[in-house]
Amino acid sequence: MNQQVLSPPRPKAAPRPRTTLLARMWRHRGLYLLLLPGLLWFVVFRYWPLWNAQLAFKDFQPTLGVEGSPWVGFKHFTAFFESFYFSQLMTNTLIISGAKLLLGLPPAILLALCIHESTRRHLARFTQTVSYLPHFLSWVIVFGVLLAMLSPSTGLVNRGLEAAGLEPISFLTDPAKFRSVVIFSDIWKETGWSAILFLAALIGINPALYEAAEVDGASRLQRVRHISLPGMLDVIVLVTLLRLGHILDAGFGQIFVLYSLPVYSVADVIDTWVYRQGIQNFQFSLATAVGLFKGLIGLLMILTANRVARRFSGQGLY
Amino acid sequence: MTRRLRTPDDRRFDLLVNIFLLTVLAVTLIPLLYVVTVSVTPLGRSASLLLPAWDWSFNAYAELLKQPAILRAGLNSVLITVSGVLISMILTVCTAYPLSRPDLPGRKFLTGVILFTFLFNAGLIPLYLVVRDLHLLNTYWALLLHGAVSVYNLFVMKNFFQNLPDSLEEAAKIDGASELQVLWHIVLPLSRPILLTIGLFYAVTQWNSFFEPILFLSNRDMMPLPVVLRDILTGLNSADYVESAATTTAPPEGLKMAAVVLTTIPMLLIYPWIQRYFTSGTLSGGVKE
Repeated sequence: MNQQVLSPPRPKAAPRPRTTLLARMWRHRGLYLLLLPGLLWFVVFRYWPLWNAQLAFKDFQPTLGVEGSPWVGFKHFTAFFESFYFSQLMTNTLIISGAKLLLGLPPAILLALCIHESTRRHLARFTQTVSYLPHFLSWVIVFGVLLAMLSPSTGLVNRGLEAAGLEPISFLTDPAKFRSVVIFSDIWKETGWSAILFLAALIGINPALYEAAEVDGASRLQRVRHISLPGMLDVIVLVTLLRLGHILDAGFGQIFVLYSLPVYSVADVIDTWVYRQGIQNFQFSLATAVGLFKGLIGLLMILTANRVARRFSGQGLY
Repeated sequence: MTRRLRTPDDRRFDLLVNIFLLTVLAVTLIPLLYVVTVSVTPLGRSASLLLPAWDWSFNAYAELLKQPAILRAGLNSVLITVSGVLISMILTVCTAYPLSRPDLPGRKFLTGVILFTFLFNAGLIPLYLVVRDLHLLNTYWALLLHGAVSVYNLFVMKNFFQNLPDSLEEAAKIDGASELQVLWHIVLPLSRPILLTIGLFYAVTQWNSFFEPILFLSNRDMMPLPVVLRDILTGLNSADYVESAATTTAPPEGLKMAAVVLTTIPMLLIYPWIQRYFTSGTLSGGVKE
């Protein structure tokens, strides 16, 4: 405090603030010491991988290591862009991710509205509690639930189809059905969780608006249309932008658990392909190049999304 | 918030709203309920949605719990989760607290260094090579360390610390308390809700982690419960977990679903806690408890 008062108005010119800064840092040495383990962790587990990403421009040779391997320029990138995989992976990634976004948003918005509007508070609260339980279940557990529902011989859905005199469907191994399973299981798992943000927005709306509308004779539906929905709009746009920023993340864990050889052609996304090429086929450089490509597009998308969000609603994601 | 129902239109609206809520409830609960009933359906009986209580059979559970491989996996999971949460919490608190002090020189720069890792990800292979070069492959350290800090959780915690009243800390410092003493005796006791919430989030992530063990571990004896569950569900190596079909008194589907339930139980036990803290934190806009 004292030093701040004494320091001249333009601290840049004088040599004195330097010592002040050092003194201030020394005064906070305890805090820096506290920061040390965390920063070390970020250096090792987040920045060292960034350094390793140079492999994307090299031909990795195990005996030479990351630094010793020879540079090859953009060879792996062009190989990937020209390969048959490129369009397949991009198509699968964008379709799965885009459908989750487009089809997942309306149920979440509707659920938040219904929880907010219901006059049966116990039902509303109970539904809310139950609806975000699946978010906390791992994809392996959801895989088990899906087997119980969809398995061709014993699944509940297929036994229903059978009872109706229809042929059973092997949802998890049929390429025509697999993407739907991925998309709808994601909606089943995450709708309640995504509704939380919308609900928070609804709770933030000034109750006087509803009262005024009621006095003016607005019906419940009209109040939803003219007060609740506009009140949620900012959050809806923000959530959409945030998800657009992650459009290349189609849900690695989910697809990794659910997919199998027969459905690779429709299920394989960038992340699963990187895993198979890199870890299973030891194509470290190629897989790194594809991962880096995804990271760069992701960065670009997030920065753009954030800028748009700021312009639109005055608040960014970070 | 009880609004009077006036017109028939309003009443119809109310009906539709509640029907939608009931539908969500049914769609969420029926699959889970069915998993449980399949797991207690006796051999030779075909599972239905509801089973009379006297017709339950816990043979599937008994058979799973007899398997040393499954007990070991459960123990591994508990071990990984507990130590993972400890490491994550220590690292997160120690990083979040200094960054929440507005007078720390270089705070902006350090925050930027951390934020950047949130925005840009080098991908799986470069991280895998780090873990390999540190000789952590096939050790639990790989699971405990590679994702120990979540930038999102870190920032949530930092914001919480920032919103605590400064006067308490200043008073303690005037009394001669060190930074560590301030953190331990003043900040942490005031931060119980956020510590519990984030601790539970870390616990859920560790308990559910399933790809990372496959990626970093090769010793089958070290695998946690979710990996074993997947093996059972897909029928891979299932002979290790379930005695040969001839001696079993539980239906194979029942065994699979019993394994699902066993893996879920710990999550269900802590769920009411997560639930409570999460809703109180988010929905009422941080009402102080």
